[in-house]
Amino acid sequence: MSGVLQFLRDRTIFALILLLFVFIAGVEIARPGTVTPLWISNMILFAAPLAIIGAGQTLVMLTAGIDLSVASVATGSAYLLATNANSGDVTALAIALSLGLTVGVINGVGVALLKVQPLIMTLGTGLMTGGVMIVYSQQMMASQPHVPVFIQILGAGKVLGLIPVDLFLWIVIGALMLFGLHRTGFGRLLYAIGDNREACHLAGIRVWRVELVNYVLCALLSSIAGLVLVGGTNASDLSLANAYLLPSVACAIIGGTSIFGGRGGYSGTIVGALILTVLTSLLTLLEVHEPIKQVLYGAIILVLAAAYARLTE
Amino acid sequence: MSAAGAAPERSRWLKSAGKQIREFGMPLVFTACILATALIHPNFGSFDLQSLALGALPLAMAAAAQAIVVISGGIDLSVGSMIAVSNVLSARLMQHASFEESLGLAVLVLVIGALLGAANGILTAITRIPDVVVTLTTGFIWGGVALLILERPGGGAPAEFLNIAAGIDFSEWLPNAFIVMVVVVALIWIPIRCSRIGLLLYAAGSDPVAAFRSGVNINVARTLAYTFGGVACAAGGIALTMTTGIGAPLAGTYYTLSSVAAAVIGGVRLSGGHGGMVGPVAAALLLTLIPMDLIFLNIDPNYGQVIQGTLIVLVVMFGGFITLMQKRK
Repeated sequence: MSGVLQFLRDRTIFALILLLFVFIAGVEIARPGTVTPLWISNMILFAAPLAIIGAGQTLVMLTAGIDLSVASVATGSAYLLATNANSGDVTALAIALSLGLTVGVINGVGVALLKVQPLIMTLGTGLMTGGVMIVYSQQMMASQPHVPVFIQILGAGKVLGLIPVDLFLWIVIGALMLFGLHRTGFGRLLYAIGDNREACHLAGIRVWRVELVNYVLCALLSSIAGLVLVGGTNASDLSLANAYLLPSVACAIIGGTSIFGGRGGYSGTIVGALILTVLTSLLTLLEVHEPIKQVLYGAIILVLAAAYARLTE
Repeated sequence: MSAAGAAPERSRWLKSAGKQIREFGMPLVFTACILATALIHPNFGSFDLQSLALGALPLAMAAAAQAIVVISGGIDLSVGSMIAVSNVLSARLMQHASFEESLGLAVLVLVIGALLGAANGILTAITRIPDVVVTLTTGFIWGGVALLILERPGGGAPAEFLNIAAGIDFSEWLPNAFIVMVVVVALIWIPIRCSRIGLLLYAAGSDPVAAFRSGVNINVARTLAYTFGGVACAAGGIALTMTTGIGAPLAGTYYTLSSVAAAVIGGVRLSGGHGGMVGPVAAALLLTLIPMDLIFLNIDPNYGQVIQGTLIVLVVMFGGFITLMQKRK
């Protein structure tokens, strides 16, 4: 027994995958016959945007930061895309992503150069972004927002009716994340900064440059996730990604990335995002009342995060 | 010799001036803004003052709650949800109650607020999950609880009870809401500030390691801070019932971010151990005044949120900029 625990402690990813299968088994028990290739394909479709925001969150958490503006950026990008769709796909896409770029640069300058705590900085920029979008939406009332077809395919389409299109984007981002974090200097620097910022500084690393780029990457990933989301719902409103703030932090935490920096990685976040998506599906299948679902979801996140903290101590 | 002696003298003077600005700058800014408001809107009268006080009352409580927690070195992202729970709970319980019963129920809601706050502190202490994550999650959970208590806006309270905050008993230039604001914040803060608890909170916030080595139990100190924060949130929820007359399960969400904004703008340092209660309350008034001024100026009041966000960012960036300059020297 202790041997098994020790193994799980050393290879926490297996513990997570085990947990994922426990939840999948739970779904199958709750309503036999649910777990079909189509269900799995839907789970991946829904998990992809969360995992993409989670990727950004993982990046900033590795440097002991946090980004609370991810939901506003995702929502804002999606809304900008839908309202600018008439001026051409490329223009709309550029405008949508430029929001991520702008917020990312502001976050980065505040956190990296002016040494503002990431929490308060991103809270402020999140508020700003949300407010700007409300004002913007009231000036755009007249025009009819619509989601470009290629984004709809990205967010809801399936190849051969089974493989979700957003999986391909997720694979590309996931591969870049895994390769970038473990095989490039930039990735190594993120771990190093999260582990000991002062030592990095003394070693001659320009910490602020790495952090600035990091926050821009996080905001851009949130933008992209917003586009995938709006493609899936095919309706953009100003509360689109609001529900993704807590899960984005939670999937990274459950996946073993420490909020104090220097520990974790993207593989855990991937499984974390899948676990949270299956959990949502399970709660929906149990047909619990929406508020109770919210309470259970939060409570399970707390239990999982606490269990993880205990396991890796 | 004299130059060397003057330098620390000067820096000490600068330091104390900085501290004064942090503590009392916000009330001054707020007073200036009120004067500016009177200039741009010459008809600014007692009615506007009353709506300012009513609007700012719940936010002032939220700011006080956040300030207490932040001073002890934590952060509470469940403030809005705790206000929502107290709001719907009080509106639901008091709907058919008499005035006297309502007063008793208000005490009950305050106790429940304290329990919710204590739960945040205890969970942070025993699970060893960072406070940001714990309160983000409990905020999500309490949000569900608020919806369970009252699914859609409704409920109510006896008119005499609402009148405690919403009425005018003394002068039309001194609405009850102002008095309630000052009295409640003082009732929560002065006992903390004047007792050993205040010392514990400031110690735990400014240097946890040093505090621990001097025998302060950090977990107990933080849990106390979260508990008092919970009481202040419950007061904010009841105030929301008094000022709006109903309970609304989603009305509280606004207060999470705004409470952090008011605390930070009011001079409470997020790293803990610094700040008081005058600044955050004045900042809450200021944050309520800004959207009103925007209406007077015929600007879309939705810019209020943009300004709020910009203010937080500017205040913290300015702080960072000063530190950067000091290091360069």
